[in-house]
Amino acid sequence: MAEMDTSGGGGHKKGPGVKKSKKLSTRVDLTPMVDLGFLLITFFIFTTTMSQPTAMKLALPKDTDKPEEQNKAKESGALTIILGKDNSVFYYEGILLPDGSNFKSSNFKEIRDVIIRKKQSTPDADFVVVIKPNEESTYKNVIDILDEMAINVVKRYALVDIADSENALVKVTEAANAGK
Amino acid sequence: MARPKIARKSTSIDMTAMCDVAFLLLSFFILTTKFKPTEAITVQTPSSVASKVAPEKDVVLVSINKDGKVFVSVQDEGKRDLILNTLNTTKNLGWSDADIKGFAKMDFFGTSLAGLKQQLALPKEQQNDKVLPGIPAKDSLNNEVTDWMRAAATVYAGTQMNLLMKGDNASKYPAFKNVITAFKKNDLMKFQMITNPESVPQGTELWKLNVTGKGPEE
Repeated sequence: MAEMDTSGGGGHKKGPGVKKSKKLSTRVDLTPMVDLGFLLITFFIFTTTMSQPTAMKLALPKDTDKPEEQNKAKESGALTIILGKDNSVFYYEGILLPDGSNFKSSNFKEIRDVIIRKKQSTPDADFVVVIKPNEESTYKNVIDILDEMAINVVKRYALVDIADSENALVKVTEAANAGK
Repeated sequence: MARPKIARKSTSIDMTAMCDVAFLLLSFFILTTKFKPTEAITVQTPSSVASKVAPEKDVVLVSINKDGKVFVSVQDEGKRDLILNTLNTTKNLGWSDADIKGFAKMDFFGTSLAGLKQQLALPKEQQNDKVLPGIPAKDSLNNEVTDWMRAAATVYAGTQMNLLMKGDNASKYPAFKNVITAFKKNDLMKFQMITNPESVPQGTELWKLNVTGKGPEE
């Protein structure tokens, strides 16, 4: 390939075969330079952050001690979703029966259908989702379930602390599921 | 009949044009790329369907790493200074002006108020979420995130403040709850959670709204 002529006045070789210095082409082979160029392009393409992080808005309700200021939820229209450990989801409709017979387990794939079914079967004004993450659920679970609210256009939902009785039920169910 | 001689053409192509293109693209990517600042706090954010881009100005960021350690960072250095001053006077911490100047240089705060001097003493590369203990937020008695938020709310009063929360996928719910409690105590009822964008599942109600062009309500 082409080479730069660096010999300059190097035509002074002594000896029998004194050659006439040939005029070399000034064209440089650019292939390695192109290679380098594209290598750097790929590097910058991969390191550049094209996707901006998005932000999810959440407005909290004000805590009030006065019961008359609290938002009332109709029992029949309530869907309570409990988040447990290892991405498990539990839910019940209305209020939890004393024997826990309406307490069902689910997962993040199936909970959407539950929400949709409940939403369709209750009047809009009564429908409220109560989200109760227990202490073993992760931040991702909470975001995922809030995301479900956005996906299914649930207008009223609340993030509530879990009650001990419910948490106990979660533990029992989890233990039973683990034994299977 | 003598065939016309086909001139043997050189196989080497002129690379100049390609080289031009390559370097044009290269300069474009160099100029547009924004390097992620080496993050001292490693947080893997979950994804959500939220489509609003996270704000970049007037940010007060509360990060929760995977161990549930809480860190606060204030983007604006002037505001950072004011917040530290407010904390100093309200909590009687006895920091000198030089201390506050030093603290204001830090990108984020990851210790208890009493331990900030230790964080300042650490070399920059050791100021990360592994070494630092995080701001105490465990219980309601000693929730220093509340103090930070109070100071931030005082300083930003009347101006726009973008309260952001950046939680790690694996962090447990109680850490999140403690931070929310701190927000609530200071009447900071609106905040945003940083997530990665995700596409809306097809056939769902939000998807239908987006398709019809109504879009989700804010």
